[in-house]
Amino acid sequence: MAAIIQVENLSKRYASGFEALKRVDLTIERGEIFALLGPNGAGKTTLINVICGIVTASEGSVRADGHDIVRDYRAARSAIGLVPQELTTDLFEKVWDTVAFSRGLFGKARNDAHLERVLGALSLLDKKDSKIMTLSGGMKRRVMIAKALAHEPRILFLDEPTAGVDVALRRQMWELVSGLRKEGVTIILTTHYIEEAEAMADRIGVIDHGELVLVDEKDRLLERLGKKELTLELKQPLACIPKELADEPLELAPGGRRLVYTFDAKSDGAGAARFLRRLGEQGIEFTDLNTKERSLEDIFVDLVKS
Amino acid sequence: MNRHGIRAIYRFEMARTFRTILQSIASPVLSTSLYFIVFGSAIGSRMAAIEGVSYGAFIVPGLMLLSILTESVSNASFGIYLPRFSGTIYEVLSAPLSSLEIVIGYVGAAATKSVLLGLLISVTARLFVSYHILHPLWMIAFLLLTAVTFSLFGFVIGIWANGFEQLQLVPTMIVMPLTFLGGSFYSIRMLPPLWQKVALANPVVYLVSGFRWSFYGTSDVSVGTSLGMTLVFLGLCLVAVRWIFKTGYRLKA
Ligand SMILES: Nc1ncnc2c1ncn2[C@@H]1O[C@H](COP(=O)(O)OP(=O)(O)O)[C@@H](O)[C@H]1O
Ligand SMILES: [Mg+2]
Repeated sequence: MAAIIQVENLSKRYASGFEALKRVDLTIERGEIFALLGPNGAGKTTLINVICGIVTASEGSVRADGHDIVRDYRAARSAIGLVPQELTTDLFEKVWDTVAFSRGLFGKARNDAHLERVLGALSLLDKKDSKIMTLSGGMKRRVMIAKALAHEPRILFLDEPTAGVDVALRRQMWELVSGLRKEGVTIILTTHYIEEAEAMADRIGVIDHGELVLVDEKDRLLERLGKKELTLELKQPLACIPKELADEPLELAPGGRRLVYTFDAKSDGAGAARFLRRLGEQGIEFTDLNTKERSLEDIFVDLVKS
Repeated sequence: MNRHGIRAIYRFEMARTFRTILQSIASPVLSTSLYFIVFGSAIGSRMAAIEGVSYGAFIVPGLMLLSILTESVSNASFGIYLPRFSGTIYEVLSAPLSSLEIVIGYVGAAATKSVLLGLLISVTARLFVSYHILHPLWMIAFLLLTAVTFSLFGFVIGIWANGFEQLQLVPTMIVMPLTFLGGSFYSIRMLPPLWQKVALANPVVYLVSGFRWSFYGTSDVSVGTSLGMTLVFLGLCLVAVRWIFKTGYRLKA
């Protein structure tokens, strides 16, 4: 697979002096769905806005569809569609007009059949003559997606596509994204919902404080860091982990009543069984136990904490 | 050249005018008619002719210019301020458009509206006073030049303004007074000598003078000077716009 977006050594320092991106390197493959995961303020929107030409980079370079976004901005931008984080539309415009406007803005000749197809796919065709101000929030968001797709982009950026969106629309968004992927559109979405990245993405990049901390295939990421936790509620609190058990991957919760043993989710569990045996030998009793698979969420929290 | 992009912006801006037709067309025509009734017919009938032109006819070019200047500035500034304010500017910034193309779209639409309005006012004026146009081609040329220059000026204001109050500030506090004092309603030769000198610092004097010359062949300053000063102001606005796009001033973080 060839790269469709190449970000090299990208930094952004805002006029306030705040460094929102710190030497980011990132390659997006043609046709993939890439999720950029990070807490609020991590720099996700800044990264997208630099690639789309809305924010000027302080350092570094970006190529989109093989074109430098500054030197060859026309070719680069023609390939890109953007659905921004905020709902910003011309309230007094009609749905059809605003979508046709977007197509024209991106230099494409009028093509009603394409616009009808896009509006149809987003269940907006019956609203095409409605003014945007009369639409619900979910519909407005779909209008913004229709605007981004009006010029047949090969790359689509979705900045927090399901923030504040109800379950039904979220499902519809996921279906739309996988439909677009089948047509060969590369999709980059940002989210701070781990389930969303888990459900949609082929690859995940984790960004925090302007730094790209990790990029990996979703499955590998889950596998590589996917651990199970065995939690024991102790009958008697422990002051510390007994030195006889010091070689085990153990953690004692504050208060000493809870012991957490971490093991590989893919293992056969022999380690856990041995650990429980050794616990019995030490005379440590417990009142309850449970195991839980570590989700991306835990991985994420770990990464961001360290 | 992204022709489709320019057309999209231009048509969007023109559609906005026709959506707000009362505010953008009817109200300037009405206020100009009131000027003609008050200054042209009522007061004008008691005024002596100025350089062989009846007072009612004398103020026609000035009144046209008054509307063209204020409407150019407010239309163009509003046109670019609104998407900045609502956030929809993101789409224009992310589109494959050069800064020149963006300016052609916004400023072209604003200037078109001003020219149409100017012509409409000249027709309206006919209902109140009779006048002739000595150099119609020069009249059109001055009209176009003024509309484009002040629409560019408005574009700069619309990017500079950080609120609706600032947006209103320049048309009402600067353009309007300068136009009133710039000889729309009188020849600056009617002023005491000292004030004639002061008046020459007002750029609108040159616009009004040149424009009136295209109507009646008389002017306060030479036509060449009028044309030159207008071109200088156009040049300044172009430099400002170029600087805005080069630095991303108030458009790009
Ligand atoms: N125009 C700006 N000027 C100064 N700081 C900004 C600007 N835009 C964003 N920031 C800051 O940059 C950081 C990253 O913001 P953003 O990219 O929007 O994060 P995210 O999309 O991941 O929530 C935040 O701390 C934000 O306050
Ligand atoms: Mg964001």
